[in-house]
Amino acid sequence: MKTFWCSHLKDEPNAGADALELRIDSKTYLSADGNPVEVIRGLTLRLEAGTFGALMGPSGCGKTTLLRIAAGLDSDFVGTRRVPPSHRLGIVFQEPRLLPWRTVEENINLVLPEGKTATDLGPLVETLGLAAHMAHYPGELSLGLARRVAIARAFAVRPTLLLLDEPFVSLDETTAARLREELTALTRREKITTLCVTHGLAEAIELADHLFFLSHRPAAVVFARQLHRRELPRSKADIASIQHEVRDALARLDGATASSPEGR
Amino acid sequence: MARLLSIIVLVVIWAIAAALVHSRMLPGPLAVVSEIVTETASGELPYQMGCTLARVVVAFSISLVLGALAGFAMGRWKRVDRYADPWLVVLLNLPALVTIIFAYIWIGLTETAAILAVALNKLPNVVVVMREGARSLDPELDEMARAFGLTGSVRMRHVVIPQLVPYFAAASRSGLSIAWKIVLVAELIGRPNGVGFVLGSAFSLFDLTKILSYALTFIAVMLTIENLLVQPLERRAQRWRRRT
Repeated sequence: MKTFWCSHLKDEPNAGADALELRIDSKTYLSADGNPVEVIRGLTLRLEAGTFGALMGPSGCGKTTLLRIAAGLDSDFVGTRRVPPSHRLGIVFQEPRLLPWRTVEENINLVLPEGKTATDLGPLVETLGLAAHMAHYPGELSLGLARRVAIARAFAVRPTLLLLDEPFVSLDETTAARLREELTALTRREKITTLCVTHGLAEAIELADHLFFLSHRPAAVVFARQLHRRELPRSKADIASIQHEVRDALARLDGATASSPEGR
Repeated sequence: MARLLSIIVLVVIWAIAAALVHSRMLPGPLAVVSEIVTETASGELPYQMGCTLARVVVAFSISLVLGALAGFAMGRWKRVDRYADPWLVVLLNLPALVTIIFAYIWIGLTETAAILAVALNKLPNVVVVMREGARSLDPELDEMARAFGLTGSVRMRHVVIPQLVPYFAAASRSGLSIAWKIVLVAELIGRPNGVGFVLGSAFSLFDLTKILSYALTFIAVMLTIENLLVQPLERRAQRWRRRT
């Protein structure tokens, strides 16, 4: 089999396509023992501009890999990636990835365009409960706080494309709920195209316009579902009924290849 | 406290031994101290010390800058490493004396030759340490920097250099002590001044008091530099680490 592992990655501007569009025919990496492992095969994903997509699937199926490809951090795959020609990327990695030698404030300021400082971000900092921690170093923060800094950093760049890798893990439920609300409001208001990896189906339904379910390795989208945007924020009853419906649909899919959302 | 006590014990043992032997071959602490005082008063010791220190500083700076650049390149790019590594191995195993002799023969008995020889001797150690530092750069932070589109200079200042600081400190610490020892050899062979030159002439006169007085003063100066310059700088760079 002959394949070209070079960058088929092109940020092609396309008419009417301010959407995020990924077509990954194959993504392989070398495991520690030198064997190639195919993590993604034949995956297509399209997210209209300004919409929110939730990405679910079994652990280790390649969600993080997919997100890295979407971010343009990994061009070593066969396929194409289309992003809006001029976009600002905000990203929350699975780990906070803060600079330990810079304070919280400096960490946020660092990614901002020149001339802007974290002091302009009062409301955001307030919502995330970081006001008292701006002068601290990341080593002095709990993991939950560090994750909130990472979220603040991603929001602070006023992104047009936002990629989130399980952003609400290790936060207490109250904070997580408040952040979800905030995230929904922000992404709608600013029309941010958002792709969010999550394990919680209820969380995904609360946030998203599109649900994507991935299969086991090599990952592909086995089930996608579009949600109506009108009834936002979704009520508990709505979330429960959609959840039910999605679970049924997933169960109907071939049990061997279908992914079932974890948690909850 | 323990350090002070151990130094006092050392001096006491030395004094007793000198008193027992009572010979020119082992001058006691008092004789050495009075020699230091007279040599300082005459201006001889500060002058010779200054010559040597200047050479140490210049040679050391050259090797630190060049070594940091080369080490970084070798740690970051495998290709560079593959080509440059054999040179590094040669330099690492080249005896200091050989470099000094060749420098003097090729360039002449000049200041440039002496400094160049010392810098060249020190260089490979810096390269090795900095290469290790560049290899251990956190790829996750690198990725973060790329994702947020940080510019090259911002990345260098806030992401890369802070990670290299501990390695830089280690390189300069071991470097300083190596550099001044090599400088003495270079001075002994081909310079008309400096501590190495003084030690050489004292050797031919069997003047052990002078040798000890210069050696001890030099150690004291180096310790002062370490305590007043290197350590505070290191502390400043590491202040973000959580106190334990």
